[in-house]
Amino acid sequence: MKTFTLGAVAYDPKVVTIWEGFKTWFAENDFDFDFVLYSNYERQVEGHFLGEYDVAWNSPLAWVQLERIAAAKGRKVHGFCMRDTDQDLTSLVVVRSDSAIQSLSDLAGKRVAVGAPDSPQATLIPLLLLHEAGVEAEIQVHDKLFGKHGDHVGGERDAAKALMAGEADAACMIDGNHLVFSAEGTLPSGSTRVLAQTAPYDHCIFAALDDVDSDVLARFRSLLLAQQYSDPSVRHLLDLEGLKEWRDGRLEGFVQLNEAVDKLTFSGAETVRQFISATGVA
Amino acid sequence: MSQAVLDLAALGMDRGAHLLVKRALEHVSVGSSVLVRGDDAALAVHLRAWTRSQGHGFEDTANGCRVIRGDAEVGRWRGSERAGGLTSTGVVERPALSWGLSARGAQVEAGAPEFDFDLVHKDEVWTDDAARIYAAAAANQWDPETAIDWTAPMEHPEEVEDAVVQVMTYLIENEMAALLVPARFLARIHPHFREVLQVLSVQMADEARHIEVFTRRATLNRGELGLSTTGGQTSLKTLFDEPDFALATFLLSVLGEGSFLDLLWFLEQYAPDPITRQVAKMAAQDEARHVAFGMAHLARHVDLDPGLLGRLADAIERRHSELQHTAGLNEEVFDSLILLAAGSWSPQAIADGWDKVLELKSRMDRGRQVRLGRLGFSSNESDRLSGLHTRNFM
Repeated sequence: MKTFTLGAVAYDPKVVTIWEGFKTWFAENDFDFDFVLYSNYERQVEGHFLGEYDVAWNSPLAWVQLERIAAAKGRKVHGFCMRDTDQDLTSLVVVRSDSAIQSLSDLAGKRVAVGAPDSPQATLIPLLLLHEAGVEAEIQVHDKLFGKHGDHVGGERDAAKALMAGEADAACMIDGNHLVFSAEGTLPSGSTRVLAQTAPYDHCIFAALDDVDSDVLARFRSLLLAQQYSDPSVRHLLDLEGLKEWRDGRLEGFVQLNEAVDKLTFSGAETVRQFISATGVA
Repeated sequence: MSQAVLDLAALGMDRGAHLLVKRALEHVSVGSSVLVRGDDAALAVHLRAWTRSQGHGFEDTANGCRVIRGDAEVGRWRGSERAGGLTSTGVVERPALSWGLSARGAQVEAGAPEFDFDLVHKDEVWTDDAARIYAAAAANQWDPETAIDWTAPMEHPEEVEDAVVQVMTYLIENEMAALLVPARFLARIHPHFREVLQVLSVQMADEARHIEVFTRRATLNRGELGLSTTGGQTSLKTLFDEPDFALATFLLSVLGEGSFLDLLWFLEQYAPDPITRQVAKMAAQDEARHVAFGMAHLARHVDLDPGLLGRLADAIERRHSELQHTAGLNEEVFDSLILLAAGSWSPQAIADGWDKVLELKSRMDRGRQVRLGRLGFSSNESDRLSGLHTRNFM
C-alpha cells in the first residue's frame, strides 16, 4: 500500500506539530500516513487535482473551490469528517455600544471592517448579510494576505481594533472571537453591540477526490472518529487543532458561503471566482 | 428530573460567567442540560461559542440557552494520577518523569511530557531529615550587613592583615566550588524530592553569602586579593567535575566542608580581629547544616545500598591519585594560617601558630574519621581514607 498522504495549509507553525503528532499516532495504529504542507489553499486545491496527495484538510472556501472545480472537470468529490468546533458557527456584525447604528440598513455608506479578503467567517459570510439587506458599505480589509482563508486570527483582531479606534463603524468576526476579544479587552466588555448574527454554518472539512482507494479512506475516517479526548496520546494534538472530537462531515453548512461566492461584488469574492474559473478547466 | 436553571443576571461570558456555567454543569450528568438565562445582550452569542469550544451542546430556545454537558472534561482527567503524597511519607521510590515540575501530591493529567531528570531514585537523593534541615536553614538566614559589625576595631600588624587577605582569597574560591557543585546537580534531581531541592538551594544561598562576607572582609583594608594557585584549583576541579551525585556529595560535604568547618572554627578562635572571627563563625554555622545534610542522605543511601561504601572509597583513592603530584594546599595559605594564628612575628608566636595549625590538621583528620565511621567504614579504613583526602582541605 502506498503511503496515505494528506494536504494541509501551514497557516501557523503549530501545523507542523499537529500533523507530525498525528503521523506518529497513525503509525502507532498501523496506518501508513504522511502529509504535505502548502503555503496557501489555492496551491493545495491545485495540488489535489495534480494528485500530489490523497486527502485535503480544507478550509470551507477551499471545499467550495474544490467542489466547483471538480464539477467543471467532471470529477466527484467526497467531504467527510470535521471537528466538533467546525459545526454551527456564526459570525457577527458588531458596532460600538454608543453607535447610532441600529440595523444593517444603517450601515449603508459606512465603513465596515472585515478580516482577510478570502475569510469565510470574518468577511464573506457576514458580508452576505449586508448584501441580502441591500446594503452597500465601504469595506475595510484588515489582512492583505490572500490564500490562508482567514485561518489566522490577526485580521479579525485588527478589524476589532479599527472599530474601537473609530476608524470603522462596524466590524465582522466569528462569534468565538467576539468572546475572546471582549474577555481580553480588545473590545472592552459592554463596549460593543451585536448588530447582526448570521445563521449557523460549518467550517473545515476533510475532502477526497474520486481516485482514492475507498477502503483506505474508510480506514482513515474510522481512525479519526476513534480518536478520544480521554486518550492522553492524542489529547494534546486535539487541543492544538482545537477540537474535542471528530464528527462525520456534512455539506449543508456551506450554503451561505456558496451564496457569498456567487453573489458578492466584493473584490475578495471576485478573486475567488477568478481562481475557480481559471483552475476549473476540464 | 427537573430542568436545572442558571440565572446569570447581568453577568456576561466575557466577565467570568463561564465559572458559574461550569459549576452548574458539574451538578448535572453528561448528556443532561442546564438552562442558562441572563440579561447580558451578548449572552446567547457568547454561550454558543463557549460551549462549542468546550465540547458542550447548545440550543437557543425561547426560555433561554440550553447547555448540554459534554464528556470532554471528564475525559481529560481519565488516567490522571496523584504525584505521590503531600508530606515526606508520600515520597515515592521512583517518581514518573511525566510528573515533571508538578507539586508533590498534585493530581497530574495523563500525557504530560517527560522531563529529563536523571536523579530519580529516592535512594540516591533522599533523607527524611531534609525538611528539618531546610527549615533550620530558612530560619537561620542572616543579613551580612547587620550580622557582622563591620566597624569593629582592628589593631593587628599589616603583615598579619596580608595573611588574613590570603586566607580569605582561599576561602572564596573554595566557597565558589561549594556553590557550584550543588548547582550542577540541582536541575538533575526530580522535583518530587522537593525538600532536597530546597536544602541545596538554600545551601547555595549560604555559599553566595559566604563569598560576599569573605570578599568584604578581604577588601576592608586592601585594594587587591591574594593568590590563587594551580594546586588549589586542580583539587577543586576534581570535585567540580565529579558527575555522580553521591560521590560529589561525599567529597564536598562529608570530607571537604567537614574539614572546612574545622578551619572556620579555627579562624573563629584565632583570627586577629573581631570581624574575621565573626564572619568565620557565621559561615561555620551554615556549613554545619551542609555537612549534616550530606551525612544524612549518604547514610541512608549506604544503608539501602552497602555497595556504595566501596564506590565512596574508590572516589577518594581516585581523587588522591589525580592530585598526588600537585602541591595541595598552597604554601601561602598554610603560612598565612600560621602567621594569622601567631598574631606576630616573634619566634615564640610563630611556634604557637605552627602548633595551632598542626592541631587544626589533626582535628580535621579526626573529624573525617568520625564521619567516615558513621557512614559505615571500619576504624582502619576510616584512618586510611582520611589520610588520602586532598591537602587542599576542600
